[in-house]
This record gives sequence, structure tokens and C-alpha cells, in this order.
Amino acid sequence: MSVYVRRAWMVVWKDVLAERRSKESLNALVFFSLLLLFVFQFALGPERARVEAALPGLLWLGFILSGLLAFGRAFLIERENDCWEGLVLTPGDKSAIYLGKLAGNVLVMIVVEVVLLVLFAVFFAIDFTPFLLGLAAVLALGTLGLASVGTLFGAVTAQMRARELLFPVLLLPAVVPVLLASVSATQTVLAGEPLAEAAAWLKLLAAADLVYLVVGVLTFEFVLEG
Amino acid sequence: MAARALGWLTVLALIAGLGAAFGWAPREAVQGNVQRIMYLHVPAVLTAYLAFALVFVGSVGYLLTRRAGWDRLALAAAEPGVLFTGITIASGSIWGKPTWGTWWTWDARLTSTAVLFLVYVGYLLLRGMVDEPDRRARAAAVVGILGAANIPIVHFSVKWWRALHQPSTILGPEPSPIAAPIAAALLINWIAFTLLFAYLLAKRMEIAQLEDTHAG
Repeated sequence: MSVYVRRAWMVVWKDVLAERRSKESLNALVFFSLLLLFVFQFALGPERARVEAALPGLLWLGFILSGLLAFGRAFLIERENDCWEGLVLTPGDKSAIYLGKLAGNVLVMIVVEVVLLVLFAVFFAIDFTPFLLGLAAVLALGTLGLASVGTLFGAVTAQMRARELLFPVLLLPAVVPVLLASVSATQTVLAGEPLAEAAAWLKLLAAADLVYLVVGVLTFEFVLEG
Repeated sequence: MAARALGWLTVLALIAGLGAAFGWAPREAVQGNVQRIMYLHVPAVLTAYLAFALVFVGSVGYLLTRRAGWDRLALAAAEPGVLFTGITIASGSIWGKPTWGTWWTWDARLTSTAVLFLVYVGYLLLRGMVDEPDRRARAAAVVGILGAANIPIVHFSVKWWRALHQPSTILGPEPSPIAAPIAAALLINWIAFTLLFAYLLAKRMEIAQLEDTHAG
């Protein structure tokens, strides 16, 4: 295992360990997902057709809202006990820290997404099982896009005034392409069409992910200086 | 001195642009006088793209060299960029009401221009939140680079999402089907807007430099 990968892995491992012991974020996030479900239900009313028509949008609305909370936290925990200085003093390429934080954010998002899908399946009686494979592909690409920008901007805003306001204001317009592509691809998948029908959207997502990752890796060391 | 000359040149070009747009260019056959909004709308959006390209250049330049001048360039380009994007959206809206029958529609290019507007308003908001110059410049540069890299992605995603706007006639691959006087009037206004932008850029950089020397 190369030193670079090991460094990124250390960041993931330390965050997972801290989360396992403190249980600060994940419990609240899961509960937040449940609350979102109620909000969606109240907004749409009892009619099932409306829920089904809005389903792809609702799913991604749930993911991005949870993501806004989760990504914002990833670097906030580093502000306590001078942890940020520790990260700055880490020798070697700083982009490993970015990739580690990104991996952590993707992990959190996967948990939130699985929880939300299960909640939707149970409360709205929607059977996702025939679409799981296609859905997994769209979710993987979409989540990577959201998380790569979210991790970078989370780090940028972590030390700023009014960061809880600034972070969504910066992140939401930047991830418009990811949301458009993900919602459209999810719509195709949930309509039971083959994944090839959404190929153009998946390619766009892959290209967007690549661009965001490259920008994140190249610029992260400047962000970390604090 | 150079900035003053540029200022007067801008004034002349803008007057020439007004004359060309209202006097010389013929009345458009279908839309009538409403079409003359184009002489504001199209130069404004082209200038906005130029401005955001300069934000990108300034951002990359700052991260590579750490010279404050690059950051001042990014700031001085971003502010008029947002202004010109705003003019584009507002003039497009006023143009859309009589021709399409609505102030706003979720058409591809309207939406992507609006997204662009929001991205760079966020960029300016971010700049306002940090006091320390180097920290502000670095954070802004990262957002400025991602914002610029995102422009084509936003463009294609929104374009595939829907379309009603007429296809781009000026920057399209085929030769422009516009009548010669209209094209000429457009060109004059484009030059005038680019000069105006250059003047605003120079003045804003000057002010930013004064701010920096007095703060530090």
C-alpha cells in the first residue's frame, strides 16, 4: 500500500473511529432523514400518484439536504483541539487528506441514502428491488459529485464567519449539474427503462465528477493552510 | 492617465453603440423595435463570459504566485461580471415578455445564465466573509477555479434538460445569418461593452490596491 493511499486511509479511519465513539453526526442525520420523509408527505398530501411522480426529485432533495449537513461537519471537527494544525503539519501531499475526507463523506452519504431508500420503500410502499442495480450506478456517480464539491467547499468555509449560511449558498449552485443529471437518470431508472437510456446523463455525471475531483486534489493544499 | 483615456474612449464607443443600435441598424421585420434590446443583451453576456474567464486567470495566477495583484484581478473582474450577468438576465426578461409572452421561462440558456449568476454572487459573498487578505484570496481562488471549470458542465446539463431559446447565432459553428448592418451595430456595441469592462476593471483594481496599501 503506497504511502499516499495509507495517508488518505488514516484520515478515513480516524474519522470513523471518532464517529463510532462520539456518535455525533450519524444518529442525528438518520433522524433528520426520517423528519424529511414527514415533510415530503405533508407537502405532497396523501395522493400516491403525486408521490410517485415526484419521487426522483424527492430522493435527491433528501440526499442533498442531508449532504449539506454532513459535508459541513466534516471539517468542523478538525477545529477543536487544534486538530487543523495537525492536518497542516502532516508531511507529504495534502491532497491525500482531501481524498480521505471525501471518502468519509461518501461513506456517510451511503448510509443516509440507504436509510432514505428503506424509509421511502416502507412509508410510501415503493418497491425498489427491480431497479437496485441501475439505482446504485446513478447514486454512486451522483454522490461522488456532490461529495467532491461538498468536501472542498466544506473545507473552504470551515473557518469563516456565517459559514452555515455561506456553505449552502456556495454549494447549491455549483452542484446544479449533478442534481439535474442525477434526478433525470433516476427518473429513467425508476421508470423501468434500461440503464443505457440514461447513458448521456451518466457520462455527464462521470465527467463532472472527474473535473471536481481534479480541482479538489489540485487546490486542496491552499485551502488547508487555514 | 491611461485609465482616463480609456474612460473617454469608452464613452465615445458607448455613444457610437447607441447611435448604431437606434439610428443606423434597421428595424427588425418581425419583432419591431423590441429587437433592439439585443444590442444590450448580447454584448452584456459576452462581456460577462470574458469577466469570468479573467476571474479564473486571476485565481490560478494567485495560487501559483501568491502575488496580491492576481487576486485584485479576480475581484475586479468578478464584480462587473456579476453586474453584466444581471444586465443579461434583466434585459432578456424584458425582451422575453413581448416576444415569448413571459418574463421568465425555465429554458436552457436562461437557467444556465441564472446559475452562473448565483455561483458568482456566492463568490462575492465569500469574499466579504474573510478579512485576512491571503486567506480571502486563497478561498476565493478555489471557488473561482471550480466555478469556471463548472461553466461548461452547467451549460450542457441544463441544455439537455430543456430548450426554447433560439440557438446561438453569433458563436455558433455556421456563418451568422444576421443582416450586415445589424451585425455591425452589434459589433460596435460589443466593442463598447468590452471597453467599459476594461475601464471598470482598471478602476476596480486601482481601488483594491489603495485598499490593500491602507489596510496593510
